[in-house]
Amino acid sequence: MTAETITSGAPGPAGQDGATGDVLLRLDDVHTYYGQIHALKGVTIEVNRGEVVTLIGANGAGKTTTLKTVCGLLHPRQGTVTFDGQDVSKTAAHNLVKAGIGHAPEGRRIFSRLTVLENLQMGGFTRPPEEIDEDVERIMTLFPRLKERTYQQGGTLSGGEQQMLAIGRAMMSRPRLLLLDEPSLGLAPILIQVVFETIKEINAAGTTILLVEQNALQALNIAHRGYVLQTGNVVLTGDAAELREDETVRKAYLGEI
Amino acid sequence: MTGRVKGRTSLSRATLREFVDVHRSTSILLGMALVGVLLPLIALVPPFNIFQNQSVWVSGFSNAGVFVLLALGLNIVVGLAGLLDLGYAAFFAIGAYAYAYGASPFSGQHFPFIVLLVVGALVAATFGVLLGAPTLRLRGDYLAIVTLGFGEIVPIVFLNADKYTNGTNGIGGVYKPDIPFVEFTLLNPWPFYVLMLVLVTIVMILIYRLTESRIGRAWMAIREDELAAASNGLNTVTTKLMAFALGASTAGFAGAFNASSLTSVDPGQFLSTVSFTILAMVVLGGMGNIWGVALGAFVIYTVQIVFLKQLNTFFEGLPFHVPVLSDVNFVQYQFLLYGLALVLMMLFRPEGLFPSQRRKQELHAADAADTESSAKATMEEAL
Repeated sequence: MTAETITSGAPGPAGQDGATGDVLLRLDDVHTYYGQIHALKGVTIEVNRGEVVTLIGANGAGKTTTLKTVCGLLHPRQGTVTFDGQDVSKTAAHNLVKAGIGHAPEGRRIFSRLTVLENLQMGGFTRPPEEIDEDVERIMTLFPRLKERTYQQGGTLSGGEQQMLAIGRAMMSRPRLLLLDEPSLGLAPILIQVVFETIKEINAAGTTILLVEQNALQALNIAHRGYVLQTGNVVLTGDAAELREDETVRKAYLGEI
Repeated sequence: MTGRVKGRTSLSRATLREFVDVHRSTSILLGMALVGVLLPLIALVPPFNIFQNQSVWVSGFSNAGVFVLLALGLNIVVGLAGLLDLGYAAFFAIGAYAYAYGASPFSGQHFPFIVLLVVGALVAATFGVLLGAPTLRLRGDYLAIVTLGFGEIVPIVFLNADKYTNGTNGIGGVYKPDIPFVEFTLLNPWPFYVLMLVLVTIVMILIYRLTESRIGRAWMAIREDELAAASNGLNTVTTKLMAFALGASTAGFAGAFNASSLTSVDPGQFLSTVSFTILAMVVLGGMGNIWGVALGAFVIYTVQIVFLKQLNTFFEGLPFHVPVLSDVNFVQYQFLLYGLALVLMMLFRPEGLFPSQRRKQELHAADAADTESSAKATMEEAL
């Protein structure tokens, strides 16, 4: 199935602010399986340096699977994942962190029995030890709430704080590409705003972001471009602004009738 | 008056805690020296001197030290990395047989003691890696089953490989430790006792430094959430393998010492009951905390060897017959007692007798989090 492109002419974010146009991540006809289950059926996605790209779609569309395939927790059975010009389809997750892909997994998955500080230090596991303190400081400036909770155990934080910690932890590896999986999941509306504002800040500071969201409207508000996934296929792609206006998207994902 | 005393003790406590925090290795050293001096003295004090004389106690202490080493090693695997190993005695056996091959008339070799301690540890670590490499990809329960199997297989191999291991009889006449200027004889327990103290202290300091390092935190991260650990750039397979190998090497180390102090090895010393005993020691002592685990091992071993035996003698020595109690061999019921102790422990004190600060928090954090969130909910409702 080929994806429909809304923009007339070439796909891609030409003219989008923040995007420079050279490809950082490319998935080319990626097929991923869970055992016998064919989860991704030929997904082709491009993320350019400096962009925020969002994957939206219903439950089971393959959004999380796509992220897991990118960060090496799953490997494609067919097709290639190219990061910064290198084929990383078969590269193990821990090596991809070193290569520059940070991942804040779905459901936050912070180390609940370690303190906030220790969680962040774990995030910097691949970094030289002498630079970790400095990076912790940087993350705590980004999320002042975490600073107040430095020595508190991760599991005792509220949902929003845990999400901040998950993003902060992923940022500790100084990724060039940050993968965010459902950062708004289970958060109060006001916290969702805070989290999305921070995502924008992180992007403005130079990190490319691939964002998976069910909260499609929020995601499209901060993204440059988006892909709509349905049952393992990309069915629609285009600039965020255009996707926001697209009738199918509005009906299916933005809750309009 | 009481307030002043209280204030003083809490102050000295704070100073002590500060000292322990700053000079961690030194405080282990001092702590062990203190323990080393006190234990033989306690054996002279009633009621302990009634049970058995001092040299029997001291000899028992150095045997207890073997289990302290084993519990410290298993604590790395189970307590820190969260990998359930039910066949830990296999590595103990491998270390012991490695020593017996290196220093006995059976093999005709006699390498120095210190060398063989290291060799025992290395051989056990090698088997740890060989077992771990294919199996550490398995999740919790499956790993437990595989290690359980390994723990059964190893003594059976030693039992049946007659030609190489002397089968049921095992290898006798294993040479005692040879350290310059110290004479090790079976009648004098003191050199073994001091040697054991030194070995336990060294292992405790090494393990302590490891747990406080990057790798120690990596183990805890894996215990917490393997997927999250992997997405933080941690190679989960090699990290787990390292925990497994280090745990195994500690057991091998203990095995080598044990062979030299008992002067014989046979497959019967390494049955699965040994694995379960060590696991019970780790759980009862308090997973994750090295002092707790060491103390747990020491107490359980002493209760098992001294106290249960004394109960028998006590009831036999009574001039009248107590129904049931006089007819029971308490030593035979030790596993029933472990079982009871474990069940009671899980019900009333799941963090163990001497928990690490962290585990205590984590087991009671759930209650705290509940109260916190309910408080928040009430606040939100009020608004």
